[in-house]
Amino acid sequence: MMRLSRSALTKLQASILVIVALATVTLGVYGYNLSLTQPKARLIVSTTTSLYETRFLDELKSKFELKYPNLNVSFISQGTGLAIQTAMRGDADMILVHDPAREYQFLKGGYGVNRKIVAYNFFVIVGPSEDPAGISGKSPSEAFSRIRSAGLNGTAVWVSRGDDSGTHAKEKTLWKAIGLDAEKLRAEAWYLEAGSGMTATLKLANEKRGYTLTDVGTYLLNFNNHNIDLVKLVESGKSMLNVYSVMADSPKNANMTKANFEGSMQFIRFLVSSEGQALFAQFGVDKYGLPLFKPYVKLTENQSDSEIIGWIRDLAFFEGSECPQEFRYQADDLYSAQELGTIEVPSILTGLEERKVASWIQSLKA
Amino acid sequence: MDPIIEGIIRAINLILSGDPEVLGITALSLLISGSGTVLSCVWSIPTSVGLALRGFHGRRVVKGLFNALMGIPTVALGLFLYLLLSRSGPLGYFQLLYSPYAIMIGQSILVTPIVVSFSTSALESVDPDLRRLARTLGASDLQMYGVVIREGFWGVVLAVIAAFNRAFAELGIAMMLGGNIRNITRVLTTAIALETSRGDIALSIAFTLILLTITMSLSIAVNLARKSTT
Repeated sequence: MMRLSRSALTKLQASILVIVALATVTLGVYGYNLSLTQPKARLIVSTTTSLYETRFLDELKSKFELKYPNLNVSFISQGTGLAIQTAMRGDADMILVHDPAREYQFLKGGYGVNRKIVAYNFFVIVGPSEDPAGISGKSPSEAFSRIRSAGLNGTAVWVSRGDDSGTHAKEKTLWKAIGLDAEKLRAEAWYLEAGSGMTATLKLANEKRGYTLTDVGTYLLNFNNHNIDLVKLVESGKSMLNVYSVMADSPKNANMTKANFEGSMQFIRFLVSSEGQALFAQFGVDKYGLPLFKPYVKLTENQSDSEIIGWIRDLAFFEGSECPQEFRYQADDLYSAQELGTIEVPSILTGLEERKVASWIQSLKA
Repeated sequence: MDPIIEGIIRAINLILSGDPEVLGITALSLLISGSGTVLSCVWSIPTSVGLALRGFHGRRVVKGLFNALMGIPTVALGLFLYLLLSRSGPLGYFQLLYSPYAIMIGQSILVTPIVVSFSTSALESVDPDLRRLARTLGASDLQMYGVVIREGFWGVVLAVIAAFNRAFAELGIAMMLGGNIRNITRVLTTAIALETSRGDIALSIAFTLILLTITMSLSIAVNLARKSTT
């Protein structure tokens, strides 16, 4: 009896020692890891799922951190609605989103400053190739009313994001344009709500053989990965424009620290710099043959497509400016050139760059 | 059927080739959930010793409470802590939200009822005669606890492992408090959720295989160890 319990004791002690040693090592390595990353200022960007899911932000992060090694950028991927709320609570330092109406609210509420439009692309209506509602090639509003009548007949299904994201907001505006209230449509059987990110919604639409509204970037990503076989049925047109902008939390907001604001401004400057804009222009070219996001600043510098510039002004400008004077904070230099719409020397350079990209695309296609 | 098989093959390749992304996420998961569990033991094991070995009024109520809390939904706890830790919340000053510490704290709270309940019953099931024997041999309170803990040792270890598995496999807290930030708070479960929504099924399967292998082999190892000692 005595001997037995003594051997049990040593076994117990040994086990406890092993566990304690393991725990100490675990905590030690963990603490060491954290202490390594600690001196960097951590910048939290709350953003939309459509940007995140394409992995574009991973590339952006690595390029930015290469240039500014003292900054660590973290992206929190949420729908635009949630992303804005996160920033309002002070849990993010800046937002990168695509819903002009709510961005304006955000600025007017005193939560954000220094908005810059950085990129754009188009929304598309996708659906099954058999196209039961017959919307192929129609205008967006014609397509929406056809989908609804087919839905009421039981021959078509619509899948909504239903997560208060920028895409969801755009969908609601499109229903409103034909005099329908998305709130009321929710009660109808053909109107499904996914309540999740763009890829998940596309997959749901794919399973249900339904129609949905998507940004073209996320669509191409999933189509090329064979996640979905839905086809683009309605594309382009002013009402389908999708404009991404960035803004920093206001430094007057009590939850903000100065370092965070300066970091945010560095990130904004990087996004609108020719380097940042070139990243937009190149992303996805190798895989999809065209960029998933088109750089906006470059567009204004080149004045290459005045029609789209006009559309963006109409849809995403507030009081005739991408960021009215009252919402700017120590960053007037960010705006002067674009406001005047002048063509300056750098445009020659960016023009060259564009040609370079174009020839690169050509060589890839060949 | 094809994508599943293809996914599994690619997943196994990813694991065997030691893909740095996969390894990094696995290591981070182990570290966060491991330290969360260890942290929880600091208060949970003394609590269960008290519950099992000290008679006091309301003991059964407290035990019942811990039992009931075992099934607390991770999202409920996640939401509660999110509001506490948010920069605009009462503990916002510490800037813990969206950091690995936040997940660690959340998981340590999550697993507390598991460690307490399981180890309490393990310690209670130790033969009461042993306690009396220790007493008659002149053991102090602490010495008597030592004797009982030694006897119920594997039961307590099993409780800790069960707690670790729960922390390791939970999604709600890691997602809500960590924010799934690459290299910082992306753990296995949030990575599975992300890669599934992104449509990278092979990566999801790889992470799931790792998750299953670790949790299951831990449970099996503990059960074997316990059998070999009793």
